[in-house]
Amino acid sequence: MYGLGVLKGLWVTIKNFTLSYFTRKRLTTVQYPEERITLSEHARTFPILVYDESPDKLRCVACEICAKECPPKCISIVRAQDEAGKPLKQPKFFDIDYSVCMNCGICEEVCPFDSIYMDRQFELSAYERSEEFLYTKDRLAKSAEYFSKIRPETAKKVEEKRKAKEK
Amino acid sequence: MLNTIDQIFIKAKQIILDILSPFLPEWMMILISIFIVIVTLCVFGPVVMMYLTLLERKFIGRMQNRYGPNRCGIFGLLQPLSDGIKMFTKEDIVPQKADPFAHFLGPITVIIPSLLVFSVIPFGRNMIPSDLSIGILFFFAVASTSTLWIFTAAWGSRNKFSLLGGMRAVAQMVSYEIPMLLSIVPALLVVGSFSTVAIVNAQEGLQWFVFTPWGLVGFILFFLTGVAEVNRCPFDLPEGESEIIAGFHTEYSGMKFALFYMAEYMNAFSVSALVTTVYLGGWQGPILPSWLWFFAKTFVLISIMMWFRGTFPRMRVDQLMGFAWRGLLPLAFINLLAAALWVHLSFPLNDILSFCILTVSVLMIYVANRKVAPKKRIYKYAYE
Ligand code: SF4
Ligand code: SF4
Repeated sequence: MYGLGVLKGLWVTIKNFTLSYFTRKRLTTVQYPEERITLSEHARTFPILVYDESPDKLRCVACEICAKECPPKCISIVRAQDEAGKPLKQPKFFDIDYSVCMNCGICEEVCPFDSIYMDRQFELSAYERSEEFLYTKDRLAKSAEYFSKIRPETAKKVEEKRKAKEK
Repeated sequence: MLNTIDQIFIKAKQIILDILSPFLPEWMMILISIFIVIVTLCVFGPVVMMYLTLLERKFIGRMQNRYGPNRCGIFGLLQPLSDGIKMFTKEDIVPQKADPFAHFLGPITVIIPSLLVFSVIPFGRNMIPSDLSIGILFFFAVASTSTLWIFTAAWGSRNKFSLLGGMRAVAQMVSYEIPMLLSIVPALLVVGSFSTVAIVNAQEGLQWFVFTPWGLVGFILFFLTGVAEVNRCPFDLPEGESEIIAGFHTEYSGMKFALFYMAEYMNAFSVSALVTTVYLGGWQGPILPSWLWFFAKTFVLISIMMWFRGTFPRMRVDQLMGFAWRGLLPLAFINLLAAALWVHLSFPLNDILSFCILTVSVLMIYVANRKVAPKKRIYKYAYE
């Protein structure tokens, strides 16, 4: 019937209005700082560097594969050298500019030494752009426990792989 | 006791005057008693507007299964205040090519009619700022000037979208003013007075006009045209966001923009108040104090406006005009006839007759306006 759609529309909105006070499921809004949704295993934000025992024992060997693969070229690595000038298997500087990083996760995929992984920390706002988003080696370094805490399944697989390699 | 609560605002004013009277000459007292009313209204208007915006956002939020503003204070009650502060701190941008005088004049003058119309609305028993004998006429005369200022603002912005919005506002107001005035004439005919107080007094007890056949039709007509007149959804063509950015207030920012919003919400309030006064018995009602009745009825009408806003998409220009000229206008004329018969005849006959006339005419208008979609053609031999 012509004109009936108007009444139907009114019925829909009034139904939504009243039921939203009684059925909590209708309100899909997550009240963010107080409530949080649980992130899935592969939620990713920015890369971190994983170390095993202590922060100076990074898994990274400064091979620079990730720096070459990174599409926006936001990783910069300088290899460490000993007194004689012989290159060492660790980075002297390892900087990632988080303000340039586009969260693609390619660095994680290409790293042959299971060193760089994507974090899930997303509350990173800062008052300054060039200094505070330039993450240096010590700010990037995170322990293996932290990694296995945020991504348990991936961490387990990585551990198995590494053990198999050692044998 | 009930009487005291009923007259509490009158008493409060009287107390202030009594305190001041020993110190001041008589002519000052008269000025002050006027001044109190004016200040009350000028504060009341913006406060009403602020909380109507909050209410609307809450309402529409719930209709869309959202919470609406709930961060600022409990239930978001401080949200309007923080919005106000935000509006004051915003930059005031005047386009380079705009006519600075008209651009400045528009938003300032547009709230004057919205505030002035409060002066003839009876908020409760004895609570009318000034009981003009031509109250209703005053309301319409003043309220319709706001379109002029909207057009001034639109013209002064020197923006094509603004001008389109302003032109739409004028066109809409010209076509809706007629059914709006005609829809209120039956009530004036029955009461025999233009005074809003007389209209309310004529609906003593539960004899609200909305309970008569012509009153019901008049109420619906008046409410719909009122919604259109204050440019609210689904008749908000002058500021149709999806078509002409923001219509006449495209070029306004900061407090000037807020003034347009203030005018819009205050108009919505005053039109609901007038509908309440004319058809829903104004402040008449059992038990509860008169002003509470008045505000409750007005609030219900405003909620219905918000309900409309949460439901309906915007009309097309031709639909808008067609609705006024082909639907509302004939019905308003027939309603006038029905009301005249209702006054002329005696009790059982008048209700029955006006009811029959109105039902038949509503049906006829409905049938005459029905969309005639051509029957789908079936090509019988095309595929054989
Ligand atoms: S993080 Fe991985 S890929 Fe990048 S330099 Fe270190 S070992 Fe190489
Ligand atoms: S996530 Fe992508 S953009 Fe960011 S550092 Fe790794 S490779 Fe570069």
